[in-house]
Amino acid sequence: MKQNILIGVMLVAIALLIALPWYAPFFYIFIFTEILILGLFAVSFNLIFGYTGMLSFGHAAYFGMGAYTTAMLLLHQDWPFVYTLFAAMALSGLLALVIGFLCVRLSEVYFAMLTLAFGMMVFTIAHSWRDVTNGSDGIAGFRIKEFGLGLDLTIGNPTVYYHVTLVVVGIAAVILYIISRSSFGMILKAIRQNPERVSFCGLNIRTYRLASFTIGGIFAGLAGALIAPFLRVASPELMHWSMSAEPVLMSILGGTGYFLGPFVGAAMFVLLETWITSFTESWMLFLGIVLALMVMFFRKGVLGTFLDWWMNKND
Amino acid sequence: MTDPILKISNLTKRFGGNTAVSGINLEVQPRETIAIIGPNGAGKTTFYNMVSGRMNPTEGKIELEGQDITGLPPHKISRMGVSRSFQINNIFPEMTVQENVEVAVTAFHGHSRKLFNFASRNRAVQDEARELLGKLQILELADRRAEVISYGDKRLLEIAVVLATRPHLVLLDEPTAGMTPDETKRTTSLIRQLADTGDYTFLITEHDMDVVFGLADRILVMHRGENLFVGTPDEVKAHPEVRRAYLGEEEEEEASA
Ligand SMILES: Nc1ncnc2c1ncn2[C@@H]1O[C@H](COP(=O)(O)OP(=O)(O)O)[C@@H](O)[C@H]1O
Ligand SMILES: [Mg+2]
Repeated sequence: MKQNILIGVMLVAIALLIALPWYAPFFYIFIFTEILILGLFAVSFNLIFGYTGMLSFGHAAYFGMGAYTTAMLLLHQDWPFVYTLFAAMALSGLLALVIGFLCVRLSEVYFAMLTLAFGMMVFTIAHSWRDVTNGSDGIAGFRIKEFGLGLDLTIGNPTVYYHVTLVVVGIAAVILYIISRSSFGMILKAIRQNPERVSFCGLNIRTYRLASFTIGGIFAGLAGALIAPFLRVASPELMHWSMSAEPVLMSILGGTGYFLGPFVGAAMFVLLETWITSFTESWMLFLGIVLALMVMFFRKGVLGTFLDWWMNKND
Repeated sequence: MTDPILKISNLTKRFGGNTAVSGINLEVQPRETIAIIGPNGAGKTTFYNMVSGRMNPTEGKIELEGQDITGLPPHKISRMGVSRSFQINNIFPEMTVQENVEVAVTAFHGHSRKLFNFASRNRAVQDEARELLGKLQILELADRRAEVISYGDKRLLEIAVVLATRPHLVLLDEPTAGMTPDETKRTTSLIRQLADTGDYTFLITEHDMDVVFGLADRILVMHRGENLFVGTPDEVKAHPEVRRAYLGEEEEEEASA
């Protein structure tokens, strides 16, 4: 029964998202495009954090890598947009594979610090390698000439881009959801709860940690590839360590224990930021208070706390 | 005599100046049940840690079915058919009892590399997990979260997880420690049944002498890291030095510490 209600709510939410341009003010098309992209970024992070139990503090490196890949391929090669998405996933995944290989042998705070360190290095490279990355200005002035797949879409139109983002993020979310529910996903959850027991069941936990880290990097890269045309620039800020903090905050805000938690967190993050900065400068103070309350009283995040309460409630 | 399943030669582990395990030699025959006894700090857990790959020995050699496994990592040793429980419960607390076993079954069959199946629809894995829970008589707890079941049931659950990787050699570290007398009896008879199937070779460390004498074909007595004596339960009972060292004639306080 409750399962069916949840599925019903999901279907309504999807319908509302699809129909958004027809009932919401134009401004909200931008807001929701951003929510979808950052939501995917946060969900890709949560595969590593919430499922596998590794606090990566350099996830923006893969996000930024995706953004630069798409921006450069559009600027220099005129690739169809869809192909740049795959290229972004491949290169971000490769970067995550290399960095992850060095990081997954460490655990807990050492893992977090090493991912942070690599994140800073990648940021610095993007910032200083002017010949390739155009330094702090980033890659701008690119245009999507062709969408790909034989589709003729005017992607410069924000409404069209919103729908493209919705479809791409939707497909990515379904893939990540299936992975999270697979046998592999079950092993990731087991590793978070008790890595030692998993290795005594005959699995090399480093391999699984690395696989999780790389998959997270691939989908962070996809999110980054979507944000470049949205912002019309791929700049080093996308790789800054403060950008790595965002999926951490979003996941904690929404809840790490449910697949859609980070999406809810991303929505709260972006909407609250938009509303609060419109009447006060102290958005960070407000965010700090909310986060402190979540960590102190609602560890499971907004979605997790609500669903746990509602599922246990007697009809 | 057949070839030993496990052959330990001069196994030694030092922590700084402290020798936890000192020159142990042991040959274990297939389908044997060996109890390892000795007061706290005798080196039993350290011995397991080396055999199961959790720690590297300082000296010595460990051979499993003729293959040198000294210093291999735990997952490789597990893959070769060795499985162990821990002195302190070592399970997946937030999973259900059944899922705990499913993790090990999944790992054993290599399903863990499948990214695009639904784990919750894998009937074969679930049936195998439930069969093991049945063997350990905790099937009725299958859907409970592992962290909420009783202490004794958690220890049985860990044995189910240990057996789920279909080991030939099973190391149990104080399986009845902290159990009520009833639970201890039940656990002992369950281990007895498992041993009688002839599918496993057991090493069991244990403080409870009734359990030891009820289960063991042979007993290894350890004291301060050394092999004090190996023999049948009757030989151990008759051995004066063993009585003094362990069976509570002198070092009562150490044994109960
Ligand atoms: N990781 C470790 N580091 C240092 N000393 C240890 C470690 N593990 C065990 N020891 C020491 O080794 C000795 C044997 O311990 P242990 O193997 O746990 O004995 P038992 O299981 O027989 O009670 C003890 O003196 C203990 O303090
Ligand atoms: Mg011990």
